[in-house]
Amino acid sequence: MNDDLRERIDALDLPYRTREDLKASLADRDITEEEFEEILEMIFFEYERTRIEPCEAVGVVAAQSIGEPGTQMTMRTFHYAGVAEINVTLGLPRLIEIMDARREPSTPTMAVFLQEDWAFNRDRAREVSWQIEAAPLHEFGDITIDMEHMQVVVQLNKQVCDRRRIAVSEIIEIAPRKIKEKRHFRDFEVEGDAKRASIVFTPKDQESYQNLFQLAEHVRNVIVQGIDDIERVVVRKEGGEYILYTEGSNLRGVFEVEGVDTTRTRSNNISEIADVLGIEAGRNAIIQEALSTLNEQGIGVDVRHIMLVADMMCMDGEVKQIGRHGIAGEKESVLSRAAFEVTVNHLLDAAIANEVDELNGVTENVIVGQPIQLGTGDVRLIAKRVNLKT
Amino acid sequence: MTSPKRVGRIEFGLFSPKEIRKMSVRKIIWADTYDDDGFPYPQGLMDLHLGVIDPGLRCKTCDQKAADCPGHFGHIELAKPVIHVGYTRLIRKLLRVTCRSCSRLLMTAEEVEKIVGPEDSDLTMDVVSEKDVKKERVCPHCGEQQLKVNFEKPTTFSEVFVEDGRKVEHKLTPADIRARLERIPDEDLRLMGVNPDVARPEWTILTVLPVPPVTMRPSIILENGQRSEDDLTHKLVDIIRINQRFKENQDAGGPQLIIEDLWELLQYHVTTYLDNEVAGCPPARHRSGRPLKTLSQRLKGKEGRFRGSLSGKRVNFSARTVISPDPNLSISEVGIPLAIANEMTIPVRVTPFNIEEMRQYVLNGSERPAVKSPCGANYVIRPDNRRMRLSDANLETVAEMLEIGWTVERQLKDGDIVLFNRQPSLHRMSIMAHRIVVMDGKTFRLNPAVCPPYNADFDGDEMNLHIPQTEEARAEAEILVSVQANILSPRTGGPIIGGIHDHISGIFLLTHRLRHFRKEEVLYLTQHLDLDHLPEPDATDDDGNPLWTNKQVFSLILPGELNMIFRASSCQNCETCRREMCENDAYVRIIDGQLIVGTIDKKAIGAFDGQILHRIIRQYGMKRAARFIDDVTKLSIRGIMLQGFSFGIDDEDLTRTEYGQIDEVLEGAITDVERRIKIFKEGQLEPMPGRTLEETLEMQIMQVLGKARDRTGEIAGRHLGMDNSAVVMAVSGARGSMLNLTQMAGCLGQQSVRGERIMRGYEDRTLPHFRRNELGAQAHGFIASSYKSGLSPTEFFFHAIGGREGLVDTAVRTSQSGYLQRRMINALQDLKVAYDGTVRTTGGRIIQFCYGEDGTDPARSSYGAPVDVKGIVESVLKEEVK
Repeated sequence: MNDDLRERIDALDLPYRTREDLKASLADRDITEEEFEEILEMIFFEYERTRIEPCEAVGVVAAQSIGEPGTQMTMRTFHYAGVAEINVTLGLPRLIEIMDARREPSTPTMAVFLQEDWAFNRDRAREVSWQIEAAPLHEFGDITIDMEHMQVVVQLNKQVCDRRRIAVSEIIEIAPRKIKEKRHFRDFEVEGDAKRASIVFTPKDQESYQNLFQLAEHVRNVIVQGIDDIERVVVRKEGGEYILYTEGSNLRGVFEVEGVDTTRTRSNNISEIADVLGIEAGRNAIIQEALSTLNEQGIGVDVRHIMLVADMMCMDGEVKQIGRHGIAGEKESVLSRAAFEVTVNHLLDAAIANEVDELNGVTENVIVGQPIQLGTGDVRLIAKRVNLKT
Repeated sequence: MTSPKRVGRIEFGLFSPKEIRKMSVRKIIWADTYDDDGFPYPQGLMDLHLGVIDPGLRCKTCDQKAADCPGHFGHIELAKPVIHVGYTRLIRKLLRVTCRSCSRLLMTAEEVEKIVGPEDSDLTMDVVSEKDVKKERVCPHCGEQQLKVNFEKPTTFSEVFVEDGRKVEHKLTPADIRARLERIPDEDLRLMGVNPDVARPEWTILTVLPVPPVTMRPSIILENGQRSEDDLTHKLVDIIRINQRFKENQDAGGPQLIIEDLWELLQYHVTTYLDNEVAGCPPARHRSGRPLKTLSQRLKGKEGRFRGSLSGKRVNFSARTVISPDPNLSISEVGIPLAIANEMTIPVRVTPFNIEEMRQYVLNGSERPAVKSPCGANYVIRPDNRRMRLSDANLETVAEMLEIGWTVERQLKDGDIVLFNRQPSLHRMSIMAHRIVVMDGKTFRLNPAVCPPYNADFDGDEMNLHIPQTEEARAEAEILVSVQANILSPRTGGPIIGGIHDHISGIFLLTHRLRHFRKEEVLYLTQHLDLDHLPEPDATDDDGNPLWTNKQVFSLILPGELNMIFRASSCQNCETCRREMCENDAYVRIIDGQLIVGTIDKKAIGAFDGQILHRIIRQYGMKRAARFIDDVTKLSIRGIMLQGFSFGIDDEDLTRTEYGQIDEVLEGAITDVERRIKIFKEGQLEPMPGRTLEETLEMQIMQVLGKARDRTGEIAGRHLGMDNSAVVMAVSGARGSMLNLTQMAGCLGQQSVRGERIMRGYEDRTLPHFRRNELGAQAHGFIASSYKSGLSPTEFFFHAIGGREGLVDTAVRTSQSGYLQRRMINALQDLKVAYDGTVRTTGGRIIQFCYGEDGTDPARSSYGAPVDVKGIVESVLKEEVK
């Protein structure tokens, strides 16, 4: 195939995908002009035939296409997706979770991609992972409870601190602040010694041992490095580059870490994506998550169906649930809502607000017993009657 | 035809007491229903003015008979007002946001504007809510100090005074509340989302109760002649009885305490009459203890009015029976029993063109004796809508009377189009249109190739049949719903109808490797195909008789111009493909409609990934594809019958060597597990990152045992070759897998619950047969036996545990995915493609500017692609295309 042919293909009035397919099929192959013409003719003929027809009930078809394979999916909640160490919800529960537009998925995870300078070096990738993984104080040194002096003494391990690229002084500053802010425990005093790399916590209440132990518990578990919501990070090499997989998700936090490629990093928390990156990103996340959930189960579903569901969910600029508290519950038609769930309340409320059902939708028209405005019911063209006698 | 009148819109509002009285045809004052003669009491609950249900009587309001009278409302004058339970939340809100003395909204104009927006703009639809008003403030209009309004379920409201520093609750009677609601000005109501033109809030406090017509609550006459009243009537009786007593006490000036008690009782009865499942209110019960089904319960839920009677309806002209297979039928046909064909009818209008034919139908009568006999008719309808049943006695007279303009309801005959359905109807292919073939027997017959879209099998499944009654319905059925139109699934864009099970084994056996057939054999194979001549023979045998190859025989059913190259499902995915020289004959090459090399199996003609099928649909259309499926099913069944195909217990037999090897592998695995446990117990185990020691050990054990099971499978597989039926089925993709075979012949492997070894049971052990805290393979559900050799008692128990999990899983899954499906349908059902290519709701809101971003119909796409470029290039160039 020569460049001339390539240009001719590019100029064709066909979808991008079809042009690329054609180029790929004809690559490293010589064809005659007649053959090319014949191929083009067949392609255009078929392209015309695959256009969607007006009045087609695409919504119902999409709902059926996603709902029907639901019966074939597994219920197994936990599964290991590629990374053996990280649990991810898959199968039907995950699909339901996506359609429910939950604020927080039951197993939030992220795939953090790295910028070029970090992505190909294991140690540098590790460095980024330390900035992300929530590390409690006890990982940085020994914590002892001094009952004689009613103190909690932290002896930091300088080597660990060096390895994890965090200065001792930083820890001394962060630890007490975080205990106060995140753990809401304030009744203590701190004394930090950067030189000897030690921190001494003294509770205000000098009488209670229980209090002392409580303080020790806070000290042990206070997160001094990384992002709070991200409990674990696994570094994996995939296709030559290192990728960080996390348990827990915090897009905004991760985006601020140096070395993270913000263009490719993704989370499985859809509403978080919509909040941080906008509704279009949220829509794409729904498509991507639903599609990968179905494909993982070996179920092929055309993207167009999932796109329609995603567009419907994101139509109003926020991610809305499929169901009572979302799309189905906010329909204009009283009868349609009443026929779905909480029948009586919808009717009573409609009466008070003087709602009017314009009978546009499917359920309403079925209820009053007239043709629905979809498919063959939507055609208003009527053939002229021909008189048979003449 | 009915007139094309449309219901344009439905408006919702409240009835005012005035309207209720105006609508009422009779004031009801007696709690009794019928007198001793079984005649309704005047002004009783069954008053003849309210409509009639007994045949013979006439309605006193409209003077029509029971069948025609729609029923009329009556009314009960309540002695004192009572609250409508459904509106307690609204009443609570109104009491809390309005002043207790002047009933104005407790907000200044500025505050209102902040929430609702400037007066002249109606952009914001926001409504004042309870939270917008501070509690216990002073009224900005009259300066009255507000009190806290308490609400107690189900219908009690009270105000809280502070008296001498103590809180005192003062109950508000419905009459008090009504008085307060009456005073709320219309403008303020609008701000709170209430439209006073149709729904004044005081109307939610009932002073008059409408009595629904008798037609809505018919009484049933039991076998013993006793009348049994409807639940609603029972409840109304209670209300009237208390209401009467209340009135008497009131008139007699009864003590305050008794009046209050009666008022509460009346409130209770009206509450349960409206809704018998209110929180904080004991449900009213029938004498037998069953809770009454009152108004709310009639509407609610799956069997309620909305979902049960309005959205879903019962139909006539339907039939249901067991299904059974018949590979000699076309996929677009369905065999129906004579008994059903005789009972069900299609209305045909008599015209000058068909009057003789119709007359013959009438003469044939309603008893068709045999499948082959001509079809008759069951009813004749005259232009005045009088219906005449045809019986032996009146056949000839009716046939003579028959005139143009009459309608004959004729019986079903071969070729009639019907809708065929199997529940659960999860997708549109669950209902398809077939053509009838009348048959002997009592079951519906269908070609097994159409089982996948219905998800049907023949273990006792039943299916439904519906007869379209109008010309429009039949046209839609034929063009849109027919089996041909649904071969491609809109879910994937690939075929969903195609060969299954024996079709695949049969075609595999027929086309595998190169074989030659004698003429008799070829004729046997092709006897059900529509052929006019055989191709040139490929060779001759020693006696000079012509011989045909198996590939030639298969090529007979292919369209002449078909060109395609693909790999069969028996392809082993070798590193370097040897193409035509493939050892497994898995490289399929079809040039100009001739199968040159390769085996036809699931990949080629299977129900979900039939590649040949897919290509034929795209290049030759649905009709040709349907014929191809018909031909394949017939040919493959002959193919499998020519050789014979069976499977028995001795097909799982292995030799002594294999059994020895399997035992060796299993023993090795079990000792390996023991070894790892020992390492773990000695504390030498290295944990995996992010896992505890125990978890690491478990994963290792699972891995070792899984590998062992696979090894036994390999050993068994080595012995069982292509001469084994199970292997043929697994390799061709017809049914089962090598894993199933492993479990039958080799070893069952690890049983699991939630992806882990079996851990539950007694304290620290699964069964008393094992020591406490034992970690070994056998103690946690590893089954070393095979199905053939049989399981030991402990193994059998573990197997049952694992099997149970599967059953529970299926049960939970069906309900969950069913609900998901219902929600999805409800959310998306109103979407359609508009004439401009956008996707809109039926209300006109745009969802997508171009359907699927490229306007391609997934049902016509080639697995999602707008054009099957590969197929087109392949068919033009006749070469394999990547």
